[in-house]
Amino acid sequence: MDLDLSSVEPFRAEVRDWLRAHVPDPPPPSLETEEGFTAHRAWERELAGARLSVVSWPARYGGRDATPLEWLVFEEEYYAAGAPGRVSQNGINLLAPTLFRHGTPEQLDRVLPPMASGEEIWAQAWSEPGAGSDLAALRATATRVDGGWLLNGQKTWSSRAAFADRGFGLFRSDPEAGRHRGLTYAMFPLEAEGVTRRPIGRIDGKPAFAELFLDDVFVPDRDVIGAPGEGWKVAMSTAGNERGLTLRSPGRFLAAADRLLALWRERADPADTALRDRVADAWIKARAYRLKGFETISRTEDVGAEASINKIFWSELDVALHETALDLLGPDGELDGDWLEGYVFSLAGPIYAGTNEIQRNVVAERVLGLPRDRS
Amino acid sequence: MKFVLDAEQRLFGETLDKLLAGAGTPGAVRAWSAGEPEPGLALWRSLAGAGVFALAVPESAGGAGPLPVELVTAFHELGRHAAPGPLAETVAAAVLLDRLGGPGEDRDRGFTEFAAGWLPRIAGGAAVVSLALPPAVPYALDAGVADLVLVVDGDELREAAPGTPMTSLDPARRLCRPAPGAVLATGPEVRRAAAAAYGMGVLACAAQLVGVGRRLLEVTVEYAAARRQFGRPVGEFQAVKHHLADVLVGLEYARPLVHGAALSYGSPDFPRDASAGKAAASEAAYAAARIALQVHGAIGYTDEYDPSLWIRKARALHSAWGSPADHRARVIASLTTG
Repeated sequence: MDLDLSSVEPFRAEVRDWLRAHVPDPPPPSLETEEGFTAHRAWERELAGARLSVVSWPARYGGRDATPLEWLVFEEEYYAAGAPGRVSQNGINLLAPTLFRHGTPEQLDRVLPPMASGEEIWAQAWSEPGAGSDLAALRATATRVDGGWLLNGQKTWSSRAAFADRGFGLFRSDPEAGRHRGLTYAMFPLEAEGVTRRPIGRIDGKPAFAELFLDDVFVPDRDVIGAPGEGWKVAMSTAGNERGLTLRSPGRFLAAADRLLALWRERADPADTALRDRVADAWIKARAYRLKGFETISRTEDVGAEASINKIFWSELDVALHETALDLLGPDGELDGDWLEGYVFSLAGPIYAGTNEIQRNVVAERVLGLPRDRS
Repeated sequence: MKFVLDAEQRLFGETLDKLLAGAGTPGAVRAWSAGEPEPGLALWRSLAGAGVFALAVPESAGGAGPLPVELVTAFHELGRHAAPGPLAETVAAAVLLDRLGGPGEDRDRGFTEFAAGWLPRIAGGAAVVSLALPPAVPYALDAGVADLVLVVDGDELREAAPGTPMTSLDPARRLCRPAPGAVLATGPEVRRAAAAAYGMGVLACAAQLVGVGRRLLEVTVEYAAARRQFGRPVGEFQAVKHHLADVLVGLEYARPLVHGAALSYGSPDFPRDASAGKAAASEAAYAAARIALQVHGAIGYTDEYDPSLWIRKARALHSAWGSPADHRARVIASLTTG
């Protein structure tokens, strides 16, 4: 497929102009704080007002049916403008793709518009104390009752759950079935009878995630996605979205690499070629990810397990880029600010959405075809 | 813009793959290393017949180019098969000759005739050309078998005598210190033409490196699946898997940079983009070579086992046509002065 980059220039200009006029200055407080969460929710509402919160979605749900190329362009402009982090990212990047593939028309109509407007912010609830990389070891249950299910158990490391409105996750609905079977994908309220949430301080103390204790939390049938018992397949069918382009788009790294370059010009000793090489590498890799993104959307076939290649790449690029910035800042790198916030956030990248060790296993076995471990 | 190869370009790559696989290329490489170039030169003529060298020669001079995407497709296959000879040097020389001798009223007539004589021969495979562009390319590769050896020194382009081959890491790369002879052209346009030729050499070498890395990954995956230790294929061990996954990640992100540089050929961004591609391709191919050697173990360290052909080439090409550090510096310079 031929990508006509010039055809998207009017769209790019519209997005750029709007952002230039609306991106808050000074930026809102960190979205991992209560105050910042509220400010970021207001920003989502403002974005949605311009139909820019979910450009790739169909118009009826608040989007504008943008092509994948337009979406990439939107992301480039969004991060180049220094616009706020997306507090609704778990919903729009993880839950929405699952709903588009497996949701009923009623679910799409009910769940997507308030997600697009920031009215409902979603938290993911995959991990449990005994189920991290080994997600299929999860033990939280869904028990059949009249008209729905009762959820019980504990979820943890749940991003945005400290302040979010609703959660989504997998629950064991058939304890007799095998590990990957008998799981049910459910959406559930966080402000409900039976839900206890305890914010967990991130490594820098900010309450970026929470643990959730669920005690007979009722979920009606209409909040189950896909068939009961088929939750693993439902979740995995869109896991590639999280590891592929959508969770961390190229635009984010292009903008960060440009800021790094500006920092280098401002602070660096030109004779320090070791730092110069690292700045160059960050820029080169951000460009590589951009080109890879264009390649990916030009392909017609599903990228499947190849998404794991992307996840390893962008998560390691993110850490390296921010480490370079902190090294350029020297003693100032210790102080709170955008680079430090970005650095702390980047440290989670090789862990979430499937650790990079799991991704390397996926790449080795499913892309390269190496033999599966039998031990 | 096409960020993936179209059907015709893929077919071209597959055709070259078959040609090189069917031509006993490893044997030709070993003969080349031993100072017997004839099988390699026969391969050169076959490649020319398939249209490889014409890609760098403009139609007006008997070629089909410039077709940079097809050219990187070809050089990827040349790398995958470790094809011998001054391949990048010849296509770079084609650019140099064309820039200095192509149509234009300010051209030196004598040089125009000189270029008009060589370019169709390059396109047709009748001329093997070696080229030194110091300081980044100080030696003339395989000058002893070249029909023409060119050296640029500042504002001067000279024809050169090949000099004696020196011993080097990859015996299939016979590096010579050329002895400059008659001046062919002088003036600032020589410098500009040399810069353009360098860009082409960098692009070709980067594509070759991605191909070298790809082949190393292919043979190493195959070996790791077959080689048994501790009662199981070594490829079952996660330590091995993770090494090979990292090699793939490196190559998968070097390739779009090289393709992207081909797409920007002729634009002001091209030198920067070619350098970005070369830096990434050098690192990715070299990492592939290190891991290939490590996973093969002792047998990979031997001369007689074929992976050595690619392992040596990866290290040699890593620094040929500019080291990764040179190219990173060029990227930064272009970003901070632009």
